[in-house]
Amino acid sequence: MSSTETRSMLDLLNGFVIQLREAGLPVSLTENLDAMDAVQHIPIEDREAFKYALGATLIKNQAHWRSFETVFEVYFSLRGPEYKLANADGESSELDDLWREMQDASQEGDGSGGAGSLDALTPEEIAHLLMQALMQGDQALMKALARQAVQRFAGMEPGRPVGGTYYLYRTLRNLDLDGMLAKMVDAANQGQESDSGRLEQRLEREEFEHRITEFKAEVEAEIRRRLVADRGAEAMAKTLRKPLPEDVEFMHASREEMVSLRKALQPLTRKLAARLARKRKHGRKGPLDFRNTVRHSLSYGGVPAEPKFKYPRPAKPELMVVADISGSVAAFARFTLMLVYAISNQFSKVRSFVFIDGIDEVTDYFKATEDITEAIHRVNTEADVVWVDGHSDYGHAFEVFWERYGKDISPKTTVLLLGDARNNYHASQSWVIKEMRMKARHVYWLNPEPKSYWNTGDSIVGEYGNFTDGVYECRNLRQLEGFVEKLA
Amino acid sequence: MVSELVNRFESVQQVRDGLRDINYLADDGIAGVAYLADRLGKPVLVEGPAGTGKTQLAKSVAEFTGARLIRLQCYEGMDESKALFEWNYKKQLLRIQADKASDSWTDIHDDIFSDEFLLTRPLLEAITADDPVVLLIDEVDRVEVETEALLLEILSEYQVSIPELGTIEAKQIPLVFLTSNNTRELSEALKRRCLFLHVDYPSMEREREIVLAKVPGVTESLAEQIARVVRSIRSLDLKKAPSVSETLDWARTLLLLNIETIDETVAKETLHILLKYQTDIAKAAKDLSVDE
Repeated sequence: MSSTETRSMLDLLNGFVIQLREAGLPVSLTENLDAMDAVQHIPIEDREAFKYALGATLIKNQAHWRSFETVFEVYFSLRGPEYKLANADGESSELDDLWREMQDASQEGDGSGGAGSLDALTPEEIAHLLMQALMQGDQALMKALARQAVQRFAGMEPGRPVGGTYYLYRTLRNLDLDGMLAKMVDAANQGQESDSGRLEQRLEREEFEHRITEFKAEVEAEIRRRLVADRGAEAMAKTLRKPLPEDVEFMHASREEMVSLRKALQPLTRKLAARLARKRKHGRKGPLDFRNTVRHSLSYGGVPAEPKFKYPRPAKPELMVVADISGSVAAFARFTLMLVYAISNQFSKVRSFVFIDGIDEVTDYFKATEDITEAIHRVNTEADVVWVDGHSDYGHAFEVFWERYGKDISPKTTVLLLGDARNNYHASQSWVIKEMRMKARHVYWLNPEPKSYWNTGDSIVGEYGNFTDGVYECRNLRQLEGFVEKLA
Repeated sequence: MVSELVNRFESVQQVRDGLRDINYLADDGIAGVAYLADRLGKPVLVEGPAGTGKTQLAKSVAEFTGARLIRLQCYEGMDESKALFEWNYKKQLLRIQADKASDSWTDIHDDIFSDEFLLTRPLLEAITADDPVVLLIDEVDRVEVETEALLLEILSEYQVSIPELGTIEAKQIPLVFLTSNNTRELSEALKRRCLFLHVDYPSMEREREIVLAKVPGVTESLAEQIARVVRSIRSLDLKKAPSVSETLDWARTLLLLNIETIDETVAKETLHILLKYQTDIAKAAKDLSVDE
């Protein structure tokens, strides 16, 4: 590389790293230098290899890969050709192509690839073509059709301040992919007659679904490319940025984020369990184990060169989880219960109770099955938690809890109270918490609301909090993990 | 530092083709990172679920480059006497007792801390080797965070410091692969020194290729079916999703049973090869039988 090219590449990379850091991804200086080294060996024209090279040097945590990919796609979607070696001046840049396409969408394209010939087709023909492409898994045609569909249906206008999802919705609505899936399945079944089993049909269907997902991703990428052309990469990066799974707030997670949260939970519990087991085993040295020391001294001719110690095994704590499962805090309770049960072998006993305005013990649901997801499902559908109107009443729930289960609290028990303490202006009955604390080892309160909302409106977390050993803000997985680690 | 870097690979494509020849099917990421590791002289940290071919990658690269594989299996409580080097105490003791009268103290001192009394462990062996080697540090997440520090010097400088002998530098930069099952977060210092590669379950197409390559005698259509069923099972919410090695076991079993097409009954009867937990098996069986 000549020095000017190296320079421009350096600027390009620096800009990229700044974007990554803004998206919350940690990139150290040495990693930045490594990336600079790496791109000397991988040409930017090979987009996939280039992405992996940057990923391998800059991203050291798989959970960050999706964020990295989004930033990469946005940042580099229109960069590249300008950094091509000598032949760049021979072709018009991709940016110009795009502008032309966007401005005179009705006119014939410039004939690049197969896109030009697609312009003449009717929507029905497009749909037919797409179905064929999907059924045969023709990648090139799917790509061309994705471009065509966006150009035709999304109705994108330069400078219009609308998000990508709006255009995505418009494009997909016109294509009716669900209907297409049904047609594809029918067509496939007719072709093969009845000898193919049900399993075969099902697999075929899954294959089609998979291809449709791919096609959607293609459409999304195309929309993003056009948005970047319109607004510039820096502006777009801000709107497309997604928080890391461990930073997603429980109370405001979208359905898609919930899925990714659930996925992130499993490796997290595995890590947590390993860490806790290790913590119990190490780091605590007890008094000298005389017998063991003498026995080992024999191999040193009677010299006690290797002193041995007793390792105390601290008793595992007993846990009682009391969770509010009404409306907005339900997701938080669910995740906490899942986390607690996933590491339940770190506790000598776990009992769980859920409430809205009535309270019910759900420990048996978790005992009956190994499958935590199923147990949670049963908690949500079967537990008897409504007393009067199904609006949170912490006071009544605590009172009943004390009456029925209070005697089971022992000095070994740690009580976890989960909820936002929004009591709908009912009586607080905070004396229960006070009594609890006298009997239990610890009482903690976890609140999924941001600290600034505490004690506003009908939230009385402060009143309860006075009687606990601590109130903790638990808005995301990261905070929850931190708390549980401290607990066990 | 070591003076020259000898490049083993010409291009990403060459890495991929070479690995394919010895039946390791690399995807874009894997081949690219292996190539970069060679060019930049940096270790590769390979992370991913169990049974996705992380260890196999190191073995295959060794086979492909004709290098010797040196493997360090990590475990809890591993220390430098197992990973780096150890003095041969017994021999040293014998040496001292053999001629108690004659030598002066300095002679003995210089003598017993020499190469002759040094036991090399995998890390030291890898950097002192004359022939080309690939160093595999397996399951690095099993050692404690403090022990990770043992690896830092060798990973960044390719040298080992022995207090009594001084610093031993590598004669050549070996290709280094570290694998991790991600049971704990590795330290920043370690990660920073490595290229990062995440190996996930293969795409359906790649898995089909793997089955075809690794299980001789399997037909194209059966391999396709196997890959599809496995993908379908992996999409369920399981305790332990089937790994690639389990897919291969399944393929071999089906072959032994002379099964040419998989239907529901066959799939259900052989599920226990793919899945290891009773709850997972029940879940998958239920899912396979109830469509729609």
